[in-house]
Amino acid sequence: MGDHVIEVSDLCKTYTHEGKVTSVLSEINLTVEPNEFVSIIGPSASGKSTLLNIFAGLEEPSSGSISMSEFNYSDRLGQVAYMPQNDSLLPWRTVLDNAALPLEIRGFNRKVARAMIHSSLNDFGLSGFANFLPSKLSGGMRQRVALLRTIMTERQLLLLDEPFGALDALTREEMQGILHNLWRDYKKTIILVTHDVDESLILSDTIYVLSPRPGRIIKSLRVDLDRPRTYKDAKFIKLKADLLDFLKTPAESKLKANNKRPELHNA
Amino acid sequence: MPKLIHHLLKNYGLSLGFIVTLLTFWEVSIYQFGIPQWKLPAPSAIFIELKNNYPLFLSHTKVTALEAIAGFLIALMLGIALALMISVSQLIRRAIYPIIISSQTIPTIVVAPLLLIWIGYGLTPKIVTVVLLTFFPIVVSTVDGLRSVDRDIIRVMLTTGASPYQIFFKVRLPASLPSIFSGMKISATFCVIGAVVGEWIGSSEGLGYLTRVSVPLFLTARSFAAVLILALMGVGFFLLISLIEFKMLKWKKTSEIGFDKSWMS
Repeated sequence: MGDHVIEVSDLCKTYTHEGKVTSVLSEINLTVEPNEFVSIIGPSASGKSTLLNIFAGLEEPSSGSISMSEFNYSDRLGQVAYMPQNDSLLPWRTVLDNAALPLEIRGFNRKVARAMIHSSLNDFGLSGFANFLPSKLSGGMRQRVALLRTIMTERQLLLLDEPFGALDALTREEMQGILHNLWRDYKKTIILVTHDVDESLILSDTIYVLSPRPGRIIKSLRVDLDRPRTYKDAKFIKLKADLLDFLKTPAESKLKANNKRPELHNA
Repeated sequence: MPKLIHHLLKNYGLSLGFIVTLLTFWEVSIYQFGIPQWKLPAPSAIFIELKNNYPLFLSHTKVTALEAIAGFLIALMLGIALALMISVSQLIRRAIYPIIISSQTIPTIVVAPLLLIWIGYGLTPKIVTVVLLTFFPIVVSTVDGLRSVDRDIIRVMLTTGASPYQIFFKVRLPASLPSIFSGMKISATFCVIGAVVGEWIGSSEGLGYLTRVSVPLFLTARSFAAVLILALMGVGFFLLISLIEFKMLKWKKTSEIGFDKSWMS
């Protein structure tokens, strides 16, 4: 089992606020393979962002264990790339300098970092915008810069927290294309948190569905559609209908039907 | 240059017109009602006083400007240093922030005579008065600026492997600059007041001293002229800080700074 990028067993997360204990995540078990594209979907407040924060090293689990193949799990902060929904660009830095930030943090001087970014701007449809400030860009363009910055960390594992949630439908589809190509060309491992069923089906190898708080994995779905995928594909439509049906049924019945350690259902 | 004049007229034309109207009314009233010069000098008399005693005003202006600028710069460094300590440590925050806030309720006019006893005459007690009056807005604005940094940006920095040092210099400090400048602009106008208060209590030079000695001698025009220079000095400091802010914070929308690019062309 040593070559799993992440292996999580019996992970629980609780918060204690003014003596009141809230359980946010409960008995999470999952594994992520190298170069796998994983989506985590679930209703809001199902703890999916918390799970991603734990993977990123921004929060610690209350119990259970995580192991990561590439490094010691306790050193993971700074070893995995993380991208929040909000683009989080530095408003005083240009497109070029925002994207170069991870390189600067790694110790390259700004001039070298800029030169290294220049060639990548084109792949992200950002050539010609190098010296623009974020305030002059549309939401979609800003999110491209944020994605480029995430890639520039040159980490193998990318954690994306609803990165395209605030974009309009057309821009979102375009960004999904960019993300798919990145995953394919650079052999990244991606964990994507989303509330968009379409997005998860278009991109992922595996989808984990979380229940409302406390979040448990109530379904894990293997998506074996050929790539590139389209929304019009009959198999895609069938899969989406099934998944939506599942999400609409009451949570209690789903919990009973599901084992503690989820098995992959082949589609 | 015509662009600058156009801009100035557009933004300040109305208040300029108002001042001219007021001055005219003032001037005419003095002669109309025969008000003696020692009671209320006509605007023209104030300008004549300025012109005739130009070297006198210049030497006193230099002293006051020196006190104000030195005090302001010390307050800036002290204020930012205090703000850093407060924002770094909860312990320091709880220990000194309340003291700094309550220190501001003590009127400067009460402290200034004590400074005379402790430090004596000369420039130092005036500079200290300026520092006491101007460091507070800088501390508060810097503390607020350092606190208001976007949490998500910090999280991205942490996951990118940034050290606390890198987070401070690449994110926290630049993000708090707009707030620091707001504090500096308040302090820039206060620093002139601080210098005058210091001079008023005990001094032998400076514009505050000049007004203090002119009034008992019924040199009212001289006193008015000194006040005019003080007002212009305060406005000048404010504009200078605004200009530096504009140059440094080009990424901020110019309308937020209240400064327009056409100023520069």
